[in-house]
Amino acid sequence: MLKLNKLQVRLGTNEFNYTLQADANRVSAILGKSGSGKSTLLNVIAGFLNAESGELCWNDQSLLNLAANQRPITTLFQQHNLFSHLTVAQNVGLGIHPNLKLDENDHQNIRQVLSEVGMEGYDNKSAANLSGGEQQRTALARCLMRKQPILLLDEPFSALDESTRHEMIVLTKNVITKHRLCVILVTHNEDDADRLDAVKYQLSAGQLKLQTS
Amino acid sequence: MSLAATKASFNRWWLPGCIALVVLMLMTGLPLIALVLSANDVSPLSILENAYFRRVIAFSFYQALLSALLSVGLAIPLALALSREQFFVGRQLLINLFSLSLVIPTLVAIFGIVAVFGRKGWINNATESLGIEPFSIYGLGGILLAHVFFNMPLAARVLLQALDNIPNEQWRLSTQLRMRSWAQLRFIEWPAMRSQLLGVFMLIFTLCFTSFTIVMTLGGGPRATTIEVAIYQALRFDFDLNAAVSLALVQLIFCSALLLISAFFKHDAPLGFAYKATEHLIRPASGYRWLNALLIIIAALFVLLPLLGLVISAINPSSIDVLTHSNTVRAIINTIVIALTASFLSVAMGIGLLISSRHIRIRFGKHKLGQWIQHAGNIILVMPPVVLGTGLFLLLRNVADVFSIALLLTIIINSLMALPFVLRILDGPLMQAGTHHDRLIQSLGITGWARWRLLDWPLVRKPLGFALGVSATLAAGDLSAIALFGSERALTLPLLLFQRVGTYRLYEAATTAGILLIVCLCLFLLLQALTSGTFLRNANAKA
Repeated sequence: MLKLNKLQVRLGTNEFNYTLQADANRVSAILGKSGSGKSTLLNVIAGFLNAESGELCWNDQSLLNLAANQRPITTLFQQHNLFSHLTVAQNVGLGIHPNLKLDENDHQNIRQVLSEVGMEGYDNKSAANLSGGEQQRTALARCLMRKQPILLLDEPFSALDESTRHEMIVLTKNVITKHRLCVILVTHNEDDADRLDAVKYQLSAGQLKLQTS
Repeated sequence: MSLAATKASFNRWWLPGCIALVVLMLMTGLPLIALVLSANDVSPLSILENAYFRRVIAFSFYQALLSALLSVGLAIPLALALSREQFFVGRQLLINLFSLSLVIPTLVAIFGIVAVFGRKGWINNATESLGIEPFSIYGLGGILLAHVFFNMPLAARVLLQALDNIPNEQWRLSTQLRMRSWAQLRFIEWPAMRSQLLGVFMLIFTLCFTSFTIVMTLGGGPRATTIEVAIYQALRFDFDLNAAVSLALVQLIFCSALLLISAFFKHDAPLGFAYKATEHLIRPASGYRWLNALLIIIAALFVLLPLLGLVISAINPSSIDVLTHSNTVRAIINTIVIALTASFLSVAMGIGLLISSRHIRIRFGKHKLGQWIQHAGNIILVMPPVVLGTGLFLLLRNVADVFSIALLLTIIINSLMALPFVLRILDGPLMQAGTHHDRLIQSLGITGWARWRLLDWPLVRKPLGFALGVSATLAAGDLSAIALFGSERALTLPLLLFQRVGTYRLYEAATTAGILLIVCLCLFLLLQALTSGTFLRNANAKA
């Protein structure tokens, strides 16, 4: 279980105070207007931003003293998830080893995870030539490759057109169930949250409120 | 949004910048200290009592002011003409030629200028037959001519870029409002150029104020000497160390002041060669078409004739002798060694500074601090080559025979001269390779060598080749450092060329200039090819 207890962050004059409990195998959706602090929440969980006070625990172990790449977390961003000068396989391979020193076994795993997201045969294609949906699928493949229990979704469907968006949501949902991930989804689109059967929170005035509908 | 860093993992982001800063400190800080310490014995202000030095200082400002005024003043009508004639034949080529001063050594260009405008040059031969007094290339006139040759095209390109950036809507509007060319100038073109004028004026003023090679070859004597050249003369000819130190300190103060003033004016001086005409520009041709054409043709001749003059005079009966002369061969080898070492040193320092400064700017969100670290690489603008050379001379004269380590000192000075260019060429691409993906890079834990190899190198490879090429040609063609420390034992092509011009062996000089030009072009192309994708792909395919 991911637990945020009075996790306080200050950004300029804005102050945020997050309290939240997110279970594994479940999506917790954070809804709110732009500027309400949704991205800040993900940044502080992922370790891109330091908290001033409060608790951040995964299975009762504090994450606050860990660097971003040491936390049991992986993020799917809205865009810029891929390095366009690398191939699809290399982009996924970065999730195994940041040096890209991969052996045949690793390549096998990459092919397998690519087929899981419907990208089989794309290994050696350049990331620059992918469509928006293919880019997000590849990025999701890397998230799976990293085998981290917590998945942060930072508006990952917003840049996609309607039909691609629907396919991507179905795929994400399957993947979450299969790997029993603890997911925090940030979105301004309540529909996304509903389709993922999420527990919904409203973020306003720097506070999270459980939404009961 | 600025993202603060969390606890440092094993990320040594500070290391490249620290190494670069330490090397910079050793190469500039120690000479600076040596300079300032020896100022205790001399009073720098005392040179103001000396009439000769007063005249030198006054002339430095006077010629820089005239050069900058002329360059910018002539660039305005030329940029207007080029902007108004989007479809002029050879326009693109001509504008690209304007950037050649980046790679053509000053000394070589001067030789071409003399071939055209000199006492026995084409212009004077033509006017003499008409009974007009010949124009003297030596003295203020020649200095101004050469400064305009180098800087007017630069100014024209900056202004043309500003004109190209005028949005299409404004041209549509001007057509609907039936603006004539005067109204266009007043309401559209002038406002676009005005924002660049002061910045580019200050840039050219500073370049001309510290100009060495041009003043040394075309000026000289008490009536046409700048501070930079006077330091050289005090050091190499009069052996007057006090005068050299005093002048160097005065120059240091002036350059700092100029840099400070320049910081307030912006300009967008281009760095690449390739000029790309704005696509879908609907700018109508306007003004007096024949006047536009005339201006463009005169500018083309002004840039092209000296190059042509050089090529024609370079091939002459003494060419073979010069080529096989042992001095020439030694000078070629020394020049190539200096150019390659200085350019690699310069690019290495530049990358070191930029990698650490990028981390500070993106990861810590401290933009100003990162930029200051980067500005350390521009130290040569405050401490011009001859001033730095004086400092190095003071520092090392008791430790070593400075003339026996001439090549090393030249490499140091040349690498620092190229560093501002390197930083400006590589800053954009390196920042771009990091900005959008910073959180991703952080969460994947890609750091150090892996980050450079996988994420930076593929994206900066091309600009890096360009930076290497520019700094190598700059080092290969530089006269200032080698003039201070060079000798028969340490010859380079620019020094040899200078000696041969000085002793009026003009045929030999012309061939030497040709060789220097070829060496520069070869170095430039070689370094581009080394870093180009095709070369690496072929190498990988073979391996």
